[in-house]
Amino acid sequence: MTEQTSPTSPKAHAASGQAETPPARPHPGPTPLDIAARAAAQPAAAKPATPKPAASQHAASQHAASQHPASQPAAATPGPAAVPPLKTKVTGAQALVMALERVGVEVVFGIPGGAVLPAYDPLLDSERIRHILVRHEQGAGHAATGYAQATGRVGVCMATSGPGATNLVTPLADAYMDSVPVVAITGQVSTNLIGTDGFQEADISGITLPVTKHNFLVTKPEDIARTIGEAFHLASTGRPGPVLVDIAKDAMQAMTDFTWPVPYDLPGYHPVTRPHSRQIREAARLITEARKPVLYVGGGVIRAHASAELKTLAELTGAPVVTTLMARGAFPDSHSQHLGMPGMHGTVAAVGALQKADLIVALGARFDDRVTGKLDTFAPDAAIVHADIDPAEISKNRRADVPIVGDCKEVITDLVAAVQAEHAHGRRGDHAEWWAQIDQWRGKYPLGYADPEDGSLAPQYVIERIGKLIGPDAVYVAGVGQHQMWAAQFIDYENPGTWINSGGAGTMGFAVPAAMGAKVGRPEVQVWAIDGDGCFQMTNQELATCAIEGIAVKVAIINNGNLGMVRQWQTLFYNERYSNTNLGDKKAELNGTRIPDFVKLAEAYGCVGLRCDAAHDVDAVIEQAMAINDQPVVIDFIVHPDAMVWPMVAAGTSNDDINFARGMAPDWEANPEAGDGI
Amino acid sequence: MTRHTLSVLVENKPGVLVRIAGLFSRRGFNIDSLAVGPTEHEEISRMTIVVNCETRPLEQVTKQLNKLINVLKIVELEPSQAVERELILIKVRADAETRSKVLEIAEVFRARVVDVALDAVTVEATGSHDKLEALVRVLEPFGIKELVQSGMVAVGRGGRSITDRTLRPLERTA
Repeated sequence: MTEQTSPTSPKAHAASGQAETPPARPHPGPTPLDIAARAAAQPAAAKPATPKPAASQHAASQHAASQHPASQPAAATPGPAAVPPLKTKVTGAQALVMALERVGVEVVFGIPGGAVLPAYDPLLDSERIRHILVRHEQGAGHAATGYAQATGRVGVCMATSGPGATNLVTPLADAYMDSVPVVAITGQVSTNLIGTDGFQEADISGITLPVTKHNFLVTKPEDIARTIGEAFHLASTGRPGPVLVDIAKDAMQAMTDFTWPVPYDLPGYHPVTRPHSRQIREAARLITEARKPVLYVGGGVIRAHASAELKTLAELTGAPVVTTLMARGAFPDSHSQHLGMPGMHGTVAAVGALQKADLIVALGARFDDRVTGKLDTFAPDAAIVHADIDPAEISKNRRADVPIVGDCKEVITDLVAAVQAEHAHGRRGDHAEWWAQIDQWRGKYPLGYADPEDGSLAPQYVIERIGKLIGPDAVYVAGVGQHQMWAAQFIDYENPGTWINSGGAGTMGFAVPAAMGAKVGRPEVQVWAIDGDGCFQMTNQELATCAIEGIAVKVAIINNGNLGMVRQWQTLFYNERYSNTNLGDKKAELNGTRIPDFVKLAEAYGCVGLRCDAAHDVDAVIEQAMAINDQPVVIDFIVHPDAMVWPMVAAGTSNDDINFARGMAPDWEANPEAGDGI
Repeated sequence: MTRHTLSVLVENKPGVLVRIAGLFSRRGFNIDSLAVGPTEHEEISRMTIVVNCETRPLEQVTKQLNKLINVLKIVELEPSQAVERELILIKVRADAETRSKVLEIAEVFRARVVDVALDAVTVEATGSHDKLEALVRVLEPFGIKELVQSGMVAVGRGGRSITDRTLRPLERTA
């Protein structure tokens, strides 16, 4: 009988009492209650040496309560004030709202409906929770995601049963792919109607099983408060992710005792945050021995709030850094060791460095197919150190030589210490040749674009100017497609949480509602949605929400009249046969009208609408938008339809075959000494 | 491809089976056999899952299973270190002429006859996968009218229990 006790198997560890599991990762979002209740839920992990088999639930919750004041984070995110343990008689719906207040919820994005009506009644009285009435549940879900990514706190959305709940499926799937802490609360038909095809009934817990970290169907009023606590704990700890809580209408209407705090009942949940010291030492040894190392940084570094630690590690090792689409901003673009984004539309230097590396240190990244290209030709000579909080990511796509399970903040902190120890023994990597090679790639193949020959506007120029004029303190949110790639390439990100996009799921329509959520979470900064005209038409109804709720986002529509990325593939791989990618209407254009006219549309939604189609007007219109802070602004940038995203690794091909422009491949083997740094 | 037997301890809650079955299909793994039932602890159910795959995919599916919140523990049972049993009920065509031959075979396999009709007998047998396969092969020439088989259940040999250590944290929080 072999127990699965590899270092990447947390449950086996926890179960066998090997205390590699610390009580909690200091996640950015947790409220004091979170921490207290977590301690209650995991006494075994917290105190492995002194087990108290007889400890009762009562004792556990007292333990939690006693920890509460002590564990209050110094720089607490605006959470709840300390709430004394409480026991009162309330309806299930009141218990729901009280629990939401106590886990620190400030904002809920949602739409009421039949089955969730009971919850909306006490919500009206809540002084702590602001409910933002959106126009479509998908908007609520993406807004919660944008809010969570901008603030590091859990985003919350709410919807009714049936179609209300199913409209949340896309944003939940999106948040799942990008590991965003979101809690969705849905009303469900009454218990006696469940399973009868009742009006507005949908098995939303069944439907969302594959796209949530976990979900609950609550049918008893006494389970509501505990389940809300568990949902927030699950969403925000370990590898973050969306959690759905579906609550039957009669459970919200019935009376129950509300008690708080409530210990969690999650015996199977033990995320490993503390890395194995032996693995860390082994990784440090490889890092100092490597001649051609690369730090391959993923979104996990942002989720773990480990940017400062990453900078220390990068400067200590002197290794080049690449940041994936989800990690843009985790490492300053202005840093000389930063090679930019790897992958399908990555820089030649970033793709080349990974490809030719002898060591890849993956930190919170998951070897996605958009990064690796054809997997069996990816980085053929590289040893792999793979650190991730999710053991299932390690060796999923590329086998790791040194697997490290842990929270990136702790992993990188420990790596820094271990690398320092190596240096103290005189073991230090020499990367001079490596950097000469990389600098040659950087010099020879920088990101760039050509202005359209007909004098029309280059989309890249628009995005570049937005980045330059607005600067690195703003939050940029993108939809999916060409504009997203250009926004990742041509805006310089200096800080984590300033770049928000739909990476894993590639959800068109993400930008407007996510920007709305980000602006609600961070009202003090400018939030710019960079959107495509295709994406924008999927979710722009939330402009009404923005206008009415005073959420002054800026939306820059990069309007090429086409589904641009699909058109690019049709140009490159389908013999320029443009099947169903043109969104414009020739007749209307001849008449000088547009369908839709985004400026008029913006105005109809109570926003300021601007239009720009010439390069010399770009700066002025951006500045005009920047000056408006009491209303959402939509700018319709009319750009050339045939601009393409370069560099590009065609889908399913090797990263070795990257093109930096159409039909032009870099010369990998050129002698660095001969590099003239064009 | 090799057969692997996983013992999965899960919380005894509604919907856990579909979470596990869904994960297997979603990640592209075929389940050869699956048996679920209660354990000596009310709050824990035990699944025995037999899968046919290489070692590395097995590692991946084990990790994915571990991520399910309701999964408490996963143990792979080595066939040589475990007792593995399946139950089979076979309704075999047997008239006056062939009945005694069928009964003879049943005896050899230590199978029990649980029902007799004029034209058929129903045989019950437990044993390893291989033994039951052999029984079916020998009975086939008589004509099998109906066959029903359970998933495999398995337990490790020796005095250790995989549930008790899993249970300890449960007792403390519940």
